[in-house]
Amino acid sequence: MNSLSKTSKQLIQLHVNGETHDAVVRSADTLLIALREQLGLTGAKRGCENGDCGACSVLINGKPSHSCLSLAVEVIDQPITTIEGLMDSPVSKAFVDNWAIQCGYCTPGFIVNCHSLITTHPDANDELIEEWLQSNICRCTGYEEIREAVHTLLASGQTENE
Amino acid sequence: MTNKVFTTVGKPEQRIDAVEKSTGKVRYVGDYSVPGLMHAKLVTSTQAHAKITSIDTTEAWKVPGVRAIVTGEVFPYHIGPILADRPPLAFEKVRYYGEPVAIIVADHEYQAKLATTKVKVEYDPLPIVNSVQQAFQADAPLVHENAGSYTKIISNVYPKTGTNIGSHIKIRKGNFEDEWENCEETITANYSFNLSDHVALETRSTRVEINPRGKVIVHSCSQSPFTIKKVLNQFFNVEVGNVLVHIPMIGGAFGGKGTVQLEPLAYLASKSVGGKLVKLEMDREEDMITSPCRVGLDATVQLGATKEGKLVAGKYTYLLDSGAYTDQAAGITRAAAIDCTGPYDIPNVWCDSYCVYTNHPFATSFRGYGHPELTFAVERTMDQLAKQLQIDPIQLRIINGIKPGHTTPTQTVLTANNIGDIEKCINRAKELIQWDEGQKMVSGKNKVRSKGISMFWKTSTTATNAEAGAILTFEADGSVNLNCAAIELGQGTKTILGQILAEKLGMGMDKIHVTMETNTQYDPHQWRTVASSSTFLAGRAVIAAADHAITQLKKTAATVLKCSPDDLDIGGGKVYLKPDPAFGVDIKEIALGYTYPSGHSIDGQVVGIGKHIQRHLTPMDEETGFGKPGPWWSVGVQAVEVEMDTRDFTYTILKGVTVLDGGTIINPKTAQQQMRGGMYMGLSYATSEKFIFDEHGVVQNTGLRNYPMLRYGEQPAQYLVDFIESPAADGPFGARGIGEYGVIGAPACLANSLSYALDVALNQLPLTPESIWEASRGSEE
Repeated sequence: MNSLSKTSKQLIQLHVNGETHDAVVRSADTLLIALREQLGLTGAKRGCENGDCGACSVLINGKPSHSCLSLAVEVIDQPITTIEGLMDSPVSKAFVDNWAIQCGYCTPGFIVNCHSLITTHPDANDELIEEWLQSNICRCTGYEEIREAVHTLLASGQTENE
Repeated sequence: MTNKVFTTVGKPEQRIDAVEKSTGKVRYVGDYSVPGLMHAKLVTSTQAHAKITSIDTTEAWKVPGVRAIVTGEVFPYHIGPILADRPPLAFEKVRYYGEPVAIIVADHEYQAKLATTKVKVEYDPLPIVNSVQQAFQADAPLVHENAGSYTKIISNVYPKTGTNIGSHIKIRKGNFEDEWENCEETITANYSFNLSDHVALETRSTRVEINPRGKVIVHSCSQSPFTIKKVLNQFFNVEVGNVLVHIPMIGGAFGGKGTVQLEPLAYLASKSVGGKLVKLEMDREEDMITSPCRVGLDATVQLGATKEGKLVAGKYTYLLDSGAYTDQAAGITRAAAIDCTGPYDIPNVWCDSYCVYTNHPFATSFRGYGHPELTFAVERTMDQLAKQLQIDPIQLRIINGIKPGHTTPTQTVLTANNIGDIEKCINRAKELIQWDEGQKMVSGKNKVRSKGISMFWKTSTTATNAEAGAILTFEADGSVNLNCAAIELGQGTKTILGQILAEKLGMGMDKIHVTMETNTQYDPHQWRTVASSSTFLAGRAVIAAADHAITQLKKTAATVLKCSPDDLDIGGGKVYLKPDPAFGVDIKEIALGYTYPSGHSIDGQVVGIGKHIQRHLTPMDEETGFGKPGPWWSVGVQAVEVEMDTRDFTYTILKGVTVLDGGTIINPKTAQQQMRGGMYMGLSYATSEKFIFDEHGVVQNTGLRNYPMLRYGEQPAQYLVDFIESPAADGPFGARGIGEYGVIGAPACLANSLSYALDVALNQLPLTPESIWEASRGSEE
């Protein structure tokens, strides 16, 4: 305990993907760092650590959030969903089927954000899709295949996964 | 290669990495962590050009967890891929804002980061070289005092002491000077744009340890694992066999991960803590300016033609802003000269391509290797010439399009095999963009729609001895492992190589296991994964490896089936008798050696090995450029249609078209991904991207918040892609390279469409509403 208190670390619990996990964090550690380094959930990526690229997107209370902009200690009572909690989701499948993946580094953030978009707004129009997805950067695809994936999902009504 | 109907080649086989990537389970290099892993962070220069007068590390050492601080005097030497002009850590002076000055190694990343802020570096500022035009003036301050004394790593680099010229490549074909005087119609135009960045979503990252046996173990997100070995050997005296490099899948590269920057720094960091495992990962801001970026360019193009529009003479002056060090910009300077004309047949060509030092972040390869830049200058000039001649821009391009029988600027003779069909490409693009319905129309109040087109070409300027290899081993179920050092960086190369192997062995893709990670100790040597070269080089190696394996399988099968190997064929998991396919033996029965019912066994396991090396490539002659720089030219045409608001010059891109002749397309879907993604990248660059420098050479936009790029919804509403497939006889199943090509013509066709919309010459990038407004206030096109 002594060494922990010296470096201002504390033991917290994070509720991630339906499970509760212990994590030892500094008060300055972001949720992104805690997920990656304490829980080994490396699907959320460090892209800019400034909220500009969306590669670190996770769901906090069901809402897409940049995990690089939240402190781990801020979210101890809130349910968190990461890409690892969306295995076999319709969005993942739509990204594969529509060729929306190249290098894959932005993919987890996009899938998390799209999942939240289509569950929150199953009837989203182009304007709303654009508003949501402008928070994520993809440098490989040029967005066309991602657009096709989202449109396919919305058209098929495959928006339930929870 | 054959007229056979393919079973896998040419089919949209799903990418073998897609499912794994969709789950977030792929581990990129920065995703690994083990207890005891140490972290390195960089102290970087706050000045663009200054003498370092002192470095005080006293306060930094007081940060808990700091184990080592490394400064430039630890390694006061220069390294580089073409010209060794760059110290990995600055010593004596800094030459760009963001240059590494010191490395802090600490137990935790936050400790290292905190300590970087405590290092006090004193500078004595020097005059700044802030543009290539300034750099070129006779009395310009010198970025390098002794450029001519640096060690040349390859032959085609020509630095000049007493100037800011890092290299000068010349093309002298025909007799430009005399023919220019006789031209009936001439045009001269100038172009310029700033440096910019790759912005791969994965920032550069590496970790290095030196084990007690002296093995240097590197994990990195590099396009050039064997070059890392070479650099650590060449400049750090580590035996080349003692450097082991591992590359997992990479989170985007676009050329920016082709050069070697982080690994030597992490090596010095590991050395400073007794060889412990040290990770060095760039923050986004460091990735943009401390690590190498994309060249800037000032260009002058002069074209001379007959009244009918036949090009007679062309002169091209390219001043590439390489920033503080030549790195790959020296190679880009050469590549820009090699293809300086664009895909046009011009008998008299004069080109001076200069690699120019400035106090900007240094530049390296970027997808297209100088070609999006030169294509912008050439294709804008073609449109302006068409206007001058009152010829349709497409007609002017068709009249002059380069064909088999013509020669390139370096006087390589073109054949039906080494160049695609540019005329077919432009005719198809013309249909897709609906050119004949009009190049410009009023589409509403204050709204105008217009179309622009560009042609492009590029050879693959590899080393003359660039090569690749492949090794095949078999599993007990008859499935095959493919080991090859081509790096998967999002382009789909592992899927393509798997398809080539599946085609050769007559197997389904589910029976092919392609190793996704590269390990230099067990993968055969491959030059690098750059220059759109992997399908061609590694693809040929895979074909050779498959042929080698097939020979072995047939030999064993011939023994078992009591026939000649010549009577046998392979497919469907079997080796079978050609005239009676039902009679055969399963590959799984023979791939690990055949065992008779008696227990006696023969032949042992099949190991297929294959290799391919470039043929007949040469360096260029210093005075004329004469030489054979690449194996083939893929060619293409791109077009866009835009809608512009003529009041405020905002615009949207309605349609993007790419038509490429890259020979046989192995996978139409991954090829489409490359064309669309490339075009996006070119359009993003052309609409938005550049570094902004203040008068001190300090970059003002070092993060993604103020470095604009096209985001979701700003891509063309329609992205049309098509391929002309004129096969290359020596390519794998007739394929040439395609990876870079989608980007090349995009900036030019956008500028052509916007210029046409307003009847204003838009010759600078990026094309923001503000820059268009400024140009429209100047002279009309």
